[in-house]
Amino acid sequence: MAKTATPADRYFGNVKGTVQSFWHGLSITLSYLLRRPITIQYPDRTELPVRDMLPPRYRGFLEVDSSICTGCQACERACPIGCIQINLEKDAANPKQRVVTQFDIDEAKCMFCGLCVEPCPTGAIQHTREFEATQRSVRNLTFRWADPESPFPVYKVAKGAEYYPRVPLGALVRAKLEAMRWDAAGPEFLPPDPAAAASAKKPAGGAALAPAKVLAAKPAEVMQAAAQSVPPAELAAPPPPPAPATGAPTEPVKPDPTTDGHQA
Amino acid sequence: MTPPMPIPYAPKHTPRAIIALTLAAAVGIPSLLLGAILFLTPLLKPATIDAVLGFGPDTGSWTRGLAYALALLVLAFLMVNFAAIFSGVISWYERRVAGRIQSRIGPNRAGFAGFFVWVADAVKMILKEDLVPADADSILFRAAPYFVLVGFALTFVVLPFGHSLAVTDLDVGIFYVTSVTALVVVGILISGWSSNSKWALFGGMRSAAQVISYEIPAGLAIFVPVAMAGTLSMQGIIRAQGGLPWEWFVFRNPAAFVAFFILFTSQLAEANRTPFDLPEAESELVAGYLSEYSGFRFALFFLCEWGNIWVLSAIATTLFLGGWQIPGVSAEHIDAVRGASVLPAAAWWGWNALSMVVFVAKVVVLCNVVVWLRWTLPRIRVDQMMSLCWKYLVPMGFACFVFTLFWELGVQVSPHLETVTGVLLFLFACTLALLFGRRVRLNIQAVQGDKFDLSNW
Repeated sequence: MAKTATPADRYFGNVKGTVQSFWHGLSITLSYLLRRPITIQYPDRTELPVRDMLPPRYRGFLEVDSSICTGCQACERACPIGCIQINLEKDAANPKQRVVTQFDIDEAKCMFCGLCVEPCPTGAIQHTREFEATQRSVRNLTFRWADPESPFPVYKVAKGAEYYPRVPLGALVRAKLEAMRWDAAGPEFLPPDPAAAASAKKPAGGAALAPAKVLAAKPAEVMQAAAQSVPPAELAAPPPPPAPATGAPTEPVKPDPTTDGHQA
Repeated sequence: MTPPMPIPYAPKHTPRAIIALTLAAAVGIPSLLLGAILFLTPLLKPATIDAVLGFGPDTGSWTRGLAYALALLVLAFLMVNFAAIFSGVISWYERRVAGRIQSRIGPNRAGFAGFFVWVADAVKMILKEDLVPADADSILFRAAPYFVLVGFALTFVVLPFGHSLAVTDLDVGIFYVTSVTALVVVGILISGWSSNSKWALFGGMRSAAQVISYEIPAGLAIFVPVAMAGTLSMQGIIRAQGGLPWEWFVFRNPAAFVAFFILFTSQLAEANRTPFDLPEAESELVAGYLSEYSGFRFALFFLCEWGNIWVLSAIATTLFLGGWQIPGVSAEHIDAVRGASVLPAAAWWGWNALSMVVFVAKVVVLCNVVVWLRWTLPRIRVDQMMSLCWKYLVPMGFACFVFTLFWELGVQVSPHLETVTGVLLFLFACTLALLFGRRVRLNIQAVQGDKFDLSNW
């Protein structure tokens, strides 16, 4: 056969090419038909809950452990889209004790950047691996970590503390998610009372300056506050803090801002 | 705050009741339909009706006509239901196969393995609004789906299901099929025109060009078995073949072997199946001629499209793959066991049921090939579609036809020619199948860690 392709060569070459490509193509698709699909049958046929199959540093919903929250509002300032709203007030019974009356995180707005987690001195605010929270009302996705009816006192960091007792990561947010029905009605916010709003503004405005004071608190006050606060805070108080088993940090006595406490 | 105990997790499994229900439906619905076809098609023949109802020559034509019309209505209802339910089930099956070919699972929520997804789809379609665009030609727009449905349903008049199982056996059976399927083109053109949408018009025009072009190679390929059998009747063509593979037309003549593929390709194009789905090319034309349709009218188009898989597989089986012929049992033997009485003997019913099983098995295998092809081949271009038809299939169809005419002369001289060719071509096809299986195995082994695994359905 000559080198130059005649029309007949091209014609029968096309027929041959068609038959060959069918042969290859069909054998490839049939071979995939006979293999196991790699798809995992989300959500309820997986061996583990999907959140437990995610990488440990997955950035899901934020969780705040109020028992070790210092009320410093660093997370609120760090948030680039302002989805965190924190209000602090003085405790009526004990004017030296400041309490967090509002700690709302709008998970519907949150972009899961993690910038709020980094400045937190105690690791109270953390990303979890929770991500499933379908809600009919988007306002239900505002997670309220402080109850305005019974505000929680701020946590006083013990001098030299390297470890902050945190509840297991994800337990709190999971409890909230499990308590919510997907079609629950959204919260009914009452129209703001102008007088009440104005009076509420003042403590909140004053509290914005507070974090520096909290960090500069005297040791005696710290111990006193720790005695008054909830039991988990007492666990952190002992002078030799229990070092985490995995690679105890050998850093100076200054309160360690790393957030490894919960992982130990 | 003490963390609450998390709810213990266990993967869910499909409840036993759902599995049982699905299996019952998957086995029961086809059995019911095929059983009804098995019993009703032979019984609702004029001769049987006359004998059972005691009609004589002096019966009034109105009485007789009413009885026949009722029988026809029952048969029509049965056949349309068979077509509709088949197209529903194959829509589920096709999506499952597509899923596996693409390494995913496919529909898996409604019923076990998602079997009831076609029921859910149908319910959804019926509940949707039947929308007619403001600028559409509303009468034609509403009428178009019925043209398509009628053109599709009429083919079931002659499609055989078994030895004596067909609504009727027309002398011009296969010619009738090619004629009535032309109604589908009319419906598609009407829908494309009346929608008053550019996409729909493009789709309709493409469809007309495509279907009319591919009628020609299909017709030429149909000539080959017709010339070999010497009849146009569907049952006659099947009776001219035998039960064993080397007695099938596809292997008895080298030209028929080629003609089988020509017919299959042309019918894929006529049914608008991928790789010939240009009329509804969703990446170019939204949905082609059915862009503007919604609700049940849309469902009717899709019903016909999927039902056409059965039609084209049944036609190919009838013409080339021996139809319902049972290996080792001749059609004349089944005729003989019928007996002279009005109602056939039990053995006759048994052979008929077996012939139906053989036929349905062959058709289902071909349906699988159709589905498999769809998920293998990409859509071809319009010019490729036309050049494939006019430059390749039509000349080859002519060559096959002319070769067959000379071949039949040769068979007249020496009848052993067909047997020898049948065995040789059958062995050739078996070799190809083995080589293909080896190729598939190599493909699976080519990926590290992959193996033959049919789990996770």
